[in-house]
Amino acid sequence: MEIENLDHYSQIILSLAALVMLSSFIMLAQGRLLRLVFVFAVQGFMLVSATAIAAYSFNNPHLYISAAITLALKVIFIPWMLRRHILKLNMHRDVEALNNKTAIMMGGASLVVFSYYVLHPIMQNSSMVLLNALSLSLAVILLGMLLMISHHQAIAHVVGFMSIENGLFFAATVSTNGMPMVVELGVAFDVLVAAVLFGIFFLHINSSIDSLDVDKMNRLNEVDQ
Amino acid sequence: MNVLFAIIQTLLFIALAPLLAGWVKWCKCHLQNRRAPSLLQPYRDLIKLTHKQPVVSKDASWLFIIAPYIIFSTTALAVSVVPLLAVDLPTASSADVIVLVGFLAFARFFLVLAGLDVGTAFGGMGSSREMTISAMAEPAMLMAVFTLTMTASTTNLSFAIDHVLQEGLVLRPSFIFSLSALMLVAVAETGRIPVDNPATHLELTMIHEAMILEYSGRHLALIEWASQLKLMLYGVLIANIFFPWGIAETLSLSVLGYGLLAIMGKLALLVVVLAISETLLAKMRLFRVQEFLSFAYLLGLLGMLSHIILEAAR
Repeated sequence: MEIENLDHYSQIILSLAALVMLSSFIMLAQGRLLRLVFVFAVQGFMLVSATAIAAYSFNNPHLYISAAITLALKVIFIPWMLRRHILKLNMHRDVEALNNKTAIMMGGASLVVFSYYVLHPIMQNSSMVLLNALSLSLAVILLGMLLMISHHQAIAHVVGFMSIENGLFFAATVSTNGMPMVVELGVAFDVLVAAVLFGIFFLHINSSIDSLDVDKMNRLNEVDQ
Repeated sequence: MNVLFAIIQTLLFIALAPLLAGWVKWCKCHLQNRRAPSLLQPYRDLIKLTHKQPVVSKDASWLFIIAPYIIFSTTALAVSVVPLLAVDLPTASSADVIVLVGFLAFARFFLVLAGLDVGTAFGGMGSSREMTISAMAEPAMLMAVFTLTMTASTTNLSFAIDHVLQEGLVLRPSFIFSLSALMLVAVAETGRIPVDNPATHLELTMIHEAMILEYSGRHLALIEWASQLKLMLYGVLIANIFFPWGIAETLSLSVLGYGLLAIMGKLALLVVVLAISETLLAKMRLFRVQEFLSFAYLLGLLGMLSHIILEAAR
């Protein structure tokens, strides 16, 4: 089935899927933490709009609830909390030097190809066009991992982790028409708890090694060298 | 009849290009709280330059003198294959998008040679920078164009635009990516603000102006006109490929008039976007241009990928 035969809702959902992937790439190249958090919030917002449109076009009202939970958590609460931590720890002026940004971006592009390649056999058997978006959500998950590998700051790692969760959420929405409410509430609660725990970790790491750069942790030692 | 129309359209394109440049200036001046020059000022500048005697350095070779003519005529040729008013353009079948990119590369090659020819420090510097930027901008542009040609399964611009037009409103993720890639490339190729500042002769980081610093009189007029043509060419490409609505499908006078109004409206809007971005952004460091263009390439690549992943038939 080609894209011009789809209805406009599916086209919009596919476009949003592509834009979510683009926001993952923008996060990958971002050296400033405040901007990274902002892009993360934008990604969350696109996820919310995709979910709301899916709810409308599948006529599936409980997806509205999950969209509302996502809006509250990933667009408002978590970015606000991360922003407050960045400002409090006085890290908003730091620019993180990423080594070999172009190589990372090209690596990200090849991850997209890889996730398409991996999911190709599954998509061959499925009749649902929206499963196309599944490969993009796998790409978002892998890009979130790449973000965690390539950045040094602990806050960037948290953003990467949360964007992995975004990818999983998107995959669940498009492939199952929305998970059962219990599962969704559980995941949302987990994310909330994780966010709070990460905040506590930030403070502890910062007070013990005076920086959130995880590379410096490699040099921690029991004995003086 | 068709060939006559193609010639008239090319002449119209050439005649309107300075007006577009004047409109860019007008928008920018008003956004920056300055008094704007008249919209016709670029025409006056061109006329003034053609009346002045060109001064040529005694070290300049024949290449220096012939280069402006080659640059202008090649750009005019490139312009002649881009559908401006009507989709059905006979010249579009003789040269496709890849040849269009080739024309632009040819013009640039001579501009660079002319910059090197006189042997001033600025000329050589500008030439080397221009080559660096174009080497990175061209793949990005081709990537964006290939997405379009894969969608329409033709490299002929007329057919491709016709395909988009016949299809009606389809929201394609790949087109969003290639549109943004093409916009970034257009900014870099026409020497607009985050990459190069078109309004200065006195900056160490200038690129386009550094190459043409030695030119004067009618030679300068031709080069300036060619760069205005190039700006308009990119504008028309973006406007007509991604938003082709309003372009004439038949060659009757009323439809063509409507097409002219449509393309002028689209270009005017596009230029407002350009002026806003030029007012908001500062010029980049030269070494960050590489990041800017590799982002454009990435967008083009993502456009291609999302065409294959999301849109292709299976």
